[in-house]
Amino acid sequence: MNYKNKMISVLYAVVIAVCGLGIAGQAAAGSGVSEVRPLLLAAADVSSANIFNRNLKKPKKHNPPPPEDGIHDTSNEATFSLQAPLEAYKGLPKTTFGNRVDWVKAIDQGLIKPRWDRLDSNEEPFVMDLDIVRPVKASVPDVVFPHRQHTEWLFCSNCHPAIFIPQKGANQINMSAILLGKKCGVCHGKVSFPIETKTCKKCHSKPKPKDWKPPLSEATLKNPWK
Amino acid sequence: MALKNERDLGFKSLLLGVLLTLGLFGVSQPAKAEYADVVINNYADAAGMRPAVFPHWFHRIRFRCKVCHADLGFKFKAGGNKITMAKIIDGQFCGACHNGEVAWSVENCAMCHSGIPGTPTHFHGSTLQRLVAPAYRPLDAKKASKK
Ligand code: HEC
Ligand code: HEC
Ligand code: HEC
Ligand code: HEC
Ligand code: HEC
Ligand code: HEC
Repeated sequence: MNYKNKMISVLYAVVIAVCGLGIAGQAAAGSGVSEVRPLLLAAADVSSANIFNRNLKKPKKHNPPPPEDGIHDTSNEATFSLQAPLEAYKGLPKTTFGNRVDWVKAIDQGLIKPRWDRLDSNEEPFVMDLDIVRPVKASVPDVVFPHRQHTEWLFCSNCHPAIFIPQKGANQINMSAILLGKKCGVCHGKVSFPIETKTCKKCHSKPKPKDWKPPLSEATLKNPWK
Repeated sequence: MALKNERDLGFKSLLLGVLLTLGLFGVSQPAKAEYADVVINNYADAAGMRPAVFPHWFHRIRFRCKVCHADLGFKFKAGGNKITMAKIIDGQFCGACHNGEVAWSVENCAMCHSGIPGTPTHFHGSTLQRLVAPAYRPLDAKKASKK
């Protein structure tokens, strides 16, 4: 009797869970489902792999306060004494990526004054205004590396010579290396703005000449279109 | 009596079912911490402390990168500085500031050691972590590596 009750209860639970998944699955698939089918059947014979976004991960909430961010322990009381990012970002220029703060503008407009020296809040940074243009083989605009914005934050020795030889064109850079956290990717994608569709043109900022056409690949040159 | 039991049972299994569904969704929810937060856990867990969490956003409002990464010698590598409490109380790394002079002092253990136990050393929100598949390999990768 007890055993039977337990079995029924487990069965109930599983059925309800499956139903729940069915409903959620349909909700996720959007309103495009026209055919009305019994939920249970739908869940049973349609692959659950067909969720609308298989790989897209979008955060529900941006800039969560420490107790809700998934890395701070809420059983640690001090977690609740830590500052929430949004409290600090109030009034700073916004973006839609990374910390969602435009750190370059924030410094340029004097809205934040981070120290250049650990102790002396009056020491000025050693800023150098030198743009380096790097032509790109692909159709995307050429890359302009601006020393000015970088030397507002960093010292020459942060990049030279460990990450970049200080000589125009002396460094081999490509997107693969950057995405893997090398070259520009040492900082971009970690602390400075990330690499995503919304940021491509921050680096790829010099438009190609009007008459520029992408070079044809050898396979096409050998077998031209008819 | 029997009837009440059955209702109870139905309610309990409903609850269990709902929990199960929620559970299945909950598991796939990734942690969504602030961009550039670093969890440092080379030693903390093993010593019975929560991992340390370093917030870049908070510090970059107060200091340029140069202060930590040039003057204080923090390498650009999460976990790569082998920070210990011995070094901190000797004034290195976090201890260059968290000394009661520049910032609050080191006895506020729980302010830094605030991570969820067991969290590995990692950099939060990095582009590499968020890639759906490994980054591409350039076609001339072999050529380049031979040079
Ligand atoms: C260059 C100086 C400096 C260094 C190095 C430094 N901090 Fe800080 N930190 C500060 C200052 C200044 C504050 C703000 C203090 C205050 O609120 O009075 C702070 C605050 C914090 C806070 C609290 C943030 C909040 O929400 O209020 C945490 C956590 C923290 N630091 C962790 C660390 C850890 C971990 C390290 C080492 C990996 C470290 N810090 C290294 C200067 C520094
Ligand atoms: C964020 C990284 C970074 C910082 C910080 C930085 N540089 Fe550079 N620098 C570069 C890159 C990238 C190049 C281009 C290299 C290339 O084209 O291969 C470059 C190129 C140069 C060149 C060569 C220019 C030419 O025309 O050949 C000089 C000189 C130079 N940097 C000096 C400095 C000095 C001085 C500082 C400090 C004030 C500094 N850099 C800070 C990244 C940096
Ligand atoms: C942090 C700066 C930066 C960002 C952001 C960036 N790129 Fe690049 N990209 C570069 C540099 C530097 C090169 C190498 C240029 C060269 O050949 O010298 C490059 C090269 C490329 C190339 C040529 C092929 C290759 O791998 O060298 C393509 C295509 C490209 N980027 C596309 C993109 C797209 C798409 C995005 C947005 C998702 C993007 N880039 C974002 C810096 C950046
Ligand atoms: C040592 C760290 C570091 C490296 C390496 C680095 N950057 Fe940056 N970069 C920064 C920081 C810090 C900023 C300030 C903005 C921010 O944090 O998002 C910045 C800002 C920029 C900006 C200015 C954006 C604006 O809003 O004006 C561009 C463009 C840029 N980087 C391109 C590059 C390219 C291209 C490379 C590689 C050749 C590169 N960076 C390498 C740290 C770095
Ligand atoms: C300013 C931030 C900060 C404060 C305050 C702080 N720690 Fe740490 N502590 C760290 C960091 C960073 C590490 C390195 C974590 C790692 O790699 O596992 C560390 C490591 C440790 C470790 C393991 C390594 C070792 O040295 O044995 C212990 C244990 C520890 N802390 C205990 C404490 C105690 C106890 C206090 C309070 C008296 C304290 N910490 C205060 C930042 C801090
Ligand atoms: C208050 C000190 C402090 C400041 C200011 C600071 N950082 Fe950091 N940074 C750290 C610490 C601590 C780590 C983690 C080192 C460790 O785990 O040993 C780190 C790690 C990094 C890493 C390593 C990422 C990886 O690949 O693992 C990068 C890149 C970085 N910082 C860039 C920056 C940039 C860019 C700035 C300026 C916008 C900056 N940091 C400002 C303290 C600082």
